[in-house]
Order: sequence, then structure tokens, then C-alpha cells
Amino acid sequence: MRSRSPWPYLLIAPTVAGGAFLLLYPLLKAAVISFQHFRMGELIRGGAAFAGLENYAELLSGAEFWQVLLRTLVWTAINVVLIVVLSTGIALLLPRLRRGLRLALMSALALAWATPIIAATTVFQWLFQSELGVVNWLLVTLGLDSFRGYTWFADGTATFAVLVILVVWQSVPFAALTLYAGLTTIPVELFESARIDGGTGWQVFWRVTFPMLRQLFALVASLEVIWVAKCFPQIWVLSQGGPGDATTTLPVYAFKIARVLHRYDLGSAVAMLTVVLLAVALVSNLRRMVRG
Amino acid sequence: MRRLLLNASAVAVLAVTIFPVYWMFLTAFKPTRDIQADTPSFWPANPTLDHFVTAVNAPGFWTYWRNSLLVTVAAVLVALVVALMAAFAVARMRWRGRGPFVLAVFAAQMAPWEALLVPVFIIARDTDLLDSLAMLSGVYFMITLPFTIVTLRGFLAAIPPELEEAAQVDGCGRLAAFRRVVFPLLAPGLMATSLFGFITAWNEFAFVNVLIIKDQDKRTLPVWLSSFRDVFGTDWGATMAAASLFALPVLLLFLFLQRHVGTGMTAGAVKG
Repeated sequence: MRSRSPWPYLLIAPTVAGGAFLLLYPLLKAAVISFQHFRMGELIRGGAAFAGLENYAELLSGAEFWQVLLRTLVWTAINVVLIVVLSTGIALLLPRLRRGLRLALMSALALAWATPIIAATTVFQWLFQSELGVVNWLLVTLGLDSFRGYTWFADGTATFAVLVILVVWQSVPFAALTLYAGLTTIPVELFESARIDGGTGWQVFWRVTFPMLRQLFALVASLEVIWVAKCFPQIWVLSQGGPGDATTTLPVYAFKIARVLHRYDLGSAVAMLTVVLLAVALVSNLRRMVRG
Repeated sequence: MRRLLLNASAVAVLAVTIFPVYWMFLTAFKPTRDIQADTPSFWPANPTLDHFVTAVNAPGFWTYWRNSLLVTVAAVLVALVVALMAAFAVARMRWRGRGPFVLAVFAAQMAPWEALLVPVFIIARDTDLLDSLAMLSGVYFMITLPFTIVTLRGFLAAIPPELEEAAQVDGCGRLAAFRRVVFPLLAPGLMATSLFGFITAWNEFAFVNVLIIKDQDKRTLPVWLSSFRDVFGTDWGATMAAASLFALPVLLLFLFLQRHVGTGMTAGAVKG
């Protein structure tokens, strides 16, 4: 019964209106600006001129963009691999624990997941503080004397490492709890029969668990790729992309160019390229995982 | 032996997971001389509220707190109402364009918000909506809306329409049937989605940096906390007290609603 009642359209009207003004229109505008000459002057006076592919040409011909792109790929790969491996481990660990310990661990994960990003970022700055930070104290106590008063945020690689630890710490809870929820949907009989047939733990995981949860793994991995690649507040608050540009990933780069250099055109071009790259990566990833 | 290994790794994961949160609250309650001690103590030996007093009395704290709460609650409530309407249309009615609408909502869940910073800034400037909490709230509403629609649709689809029909047969109007029968059953879904929306809006950092330019009194807590060095210098006790006060509403809400969150996560995933 496909009625001609106006009700459904009235009910979705606010959603459509919101989406049109706050999502579709800005998206089109971002695309347009990336093809314009749009800087401080145009922002004040208006009347941006069409510039064709100039912004994209400027980006792609410079060395900086490629460095940032490579850094973003490394950043995303390290984080996503760590997140997926650790959360798979935790998801497999959870059902094997006694009830009390399992609930405690799940609550801890939930608590870490719910901690606001900027609060967690501030805490990590304190954990890794050079003189009074508890991490340096722990490392020195363990005998690594070179960490006495070590300034993590003065060194590019060290800052990068701290950011990886922060993002992994924030992302593992969601992935682990989701994978655990998926794991509980697999009938116990499957594991039992695999065990009876003589499968080792490793074999059972690769022959039973992983195939059963293939789609869930694909989903979790894809979500993490999006979150990690687009991750901005943590990096901006902790290092502003520095020291130097050691932690400048694509979103940080786009923000710097637009907000600090007032190159709105170039910033939009970076943003559009990021969107296209992520879309291509995700579509191919999801396809392979779901089919294979 | 196997059990010991399992428990040991569980305890290790537990410790690493909880430690940063614990350390935040612990530092906030430690007196400054304990914070600056050569060997840190892992237990609140001499708890004090001094740092909380410092944080609360910092200039603008209450203004930013109020702004954050206002922007977040407005975004979540409006998103709930708007999403409930759309979810109802999708789950309970058949109409031309329903398929494309659902597809668009799904796509919008993956919207590249980071790419929209510049255009949203320009649109806000052109419409005189810079430094406006309403504009900020509007953006947060739109960020959370697609997810809220998808999840509520999942919950609605799980409630048999026969229940409403029965109520209508018994003499309820369509609206009354929804209010008396569906709404109570939908409560867990509403709680789960509002929790996700609350966390998203409470956390948001990039748009507030772009949309609140001149009027410092319109800033929200994340921006204020991110500039803790300007406010507290190297007073880590006060910084951690401020971070605790910022995290507390979300953590409390989370503990309060935790029972319902599991269902919320799966409802969106399975029925989606």
C-alpha cells in the first residue's frame, strides 16, 4: 500500500532540510572552493575567481604534500594494525575469563572509551611529562636511565609514538567490545567440534572464528581506518603537527593551511583529496574482505 | 598454568586501560607537594580539593561549562526528535523515495566532516553566524543525526507494528498509540543514541575552533582545556582537576546508561 499521504514527507522534512543546509551545501562549497582562488582577500571582499586545477597542481607538484601523504599512510597503518591485533586479542580473552574479572575488564574498556578525547589528550601530556611524568619515572625505575628527564615532545619520533599510544588506547575499547559482541553470536558447538577434530587454538581462530566474523572484522577495520586517518584533535592539541612537521597528517595539514596561512582554496583541495583517497581505500578494502 | 596466564594478561590489560583515567583523578586529588615528589605515590595519601577549587575559580570556567552543556543538550534533543520522526517514516510507512532516503542517511553517517570546516566557516560568516552557539549546536545536531536515525530505525523495526495496531483497535489514535505503546519500548534506544550523541558533541573540538573566533565567552570546555598552559601554567593538579570535571558528566552518564548501550550498539549494526 503505497499511499499518497503527505505524512512521510512531512516527517523527513527536517532531516532533509538539515542535511541540505549543513551537509550537502558545505560539501559542494568545499568542492567549488578547491577550484577557486580563495584566500584572505576573497574571504573579506568576496568574488573568488575560478582557478581550474591550479590548487591541485600546486599541491601535487610540491614535495610537502607527498611527505604528508606518506606520513598519513604510515600513521594509519601502524595505528590500525595495533588496534585490530590488540582488540582481537582482548575479544578472544574476554569469554575465557571468570565472570567477575570479565565484567571488570569490560567496565574498564567502557570507561576508557567514554573518556572525552581532549581530557585523555591532556592526561597523556601529563603522563609523558619530562620531569614529573609517571612514564619516565617508570622507565628509569626499570633501569632505562636515559629516560631521566627525557622530553618526549621535543623529538619527532617520540611525539609520534606518544600519539600512537594515545590513539590506540582510545580506539581499542570500541573495537574489542564490538568484536567480543560478534564472538558471542557464534554457536559454541562450532568451537567444540573444531576442538574435537583436533584443531589447535591458532587453527580454530583462522578456520572458524575469523571466517564467521569476516564481515565484522572488515567493518571494524574500515571504521578504524576512517577514524585514525581523520584523527585531528589529539594531534592538534598535543603537538600542533610538530615538532617541525613530524606529526602533520593530512587533516592537520589542511587545518594548518586554511587557519594559519588563510589558504582556504589549498586547504579545501587537501580536504577533497583526503575524502577521495579514503573513499577509494574503503571501497576496495570492504569489497575484498566481504568477497574473499 | 593456562588459567594463570589468562588472568595475568587480563589484569595487565585492565591496568593499562584504566591507569590514565585513574591517574587523572588521583593527580587531581593530590596535594601539590605529592605531585612534585621524586617518587610518585599511587594512592591518595593526603587527598585535597584544592585543585578543584583552583579549576572552578579559573576565569570563564562556569561560562564554558554552561556553553558546552547548552550546545550539547540542544543538539542531542533536537537530533532525537528529528531522528524519531524520520525513523518512524522509514520503519513504519511506505512511500516513494524511501530507498534513496535510507541510502542517503547511511552515506551521511560517513560524511567527511573535517573537509567541511572551511565551507561551514565561510557559510557561518556570510550569514552572520560566527561566534554563535546556535550555529555550533546546529553543526553538532547534523553530525549526530544520521547515526541517530539509523539506530532508532533499528529499534523501531524490532517492535512489531501489531502492537500499535492493537492499540488503535482498542480506540487509541495513531499518535496516542505511538506515545503509549512504542515510546516506552523505544526507551533503551533513545538512551543509547542520546549517549552517543552526547559524547560526540561534548568532545567536538575542530568546529568550535573554527566557528568561535572573536567572542571568547562562547568557547566550550574542550577548547578551554586544550589551552590549559595559558590558564594553569605547569599546575598539573589544577589541569587534571579541570580534565576530571570535563570528563565527569560523560563518565557518569555512561555508568548510568551502561545497561542500555550494548543493545544500542547491536541494534544499529544488525538491523541497519
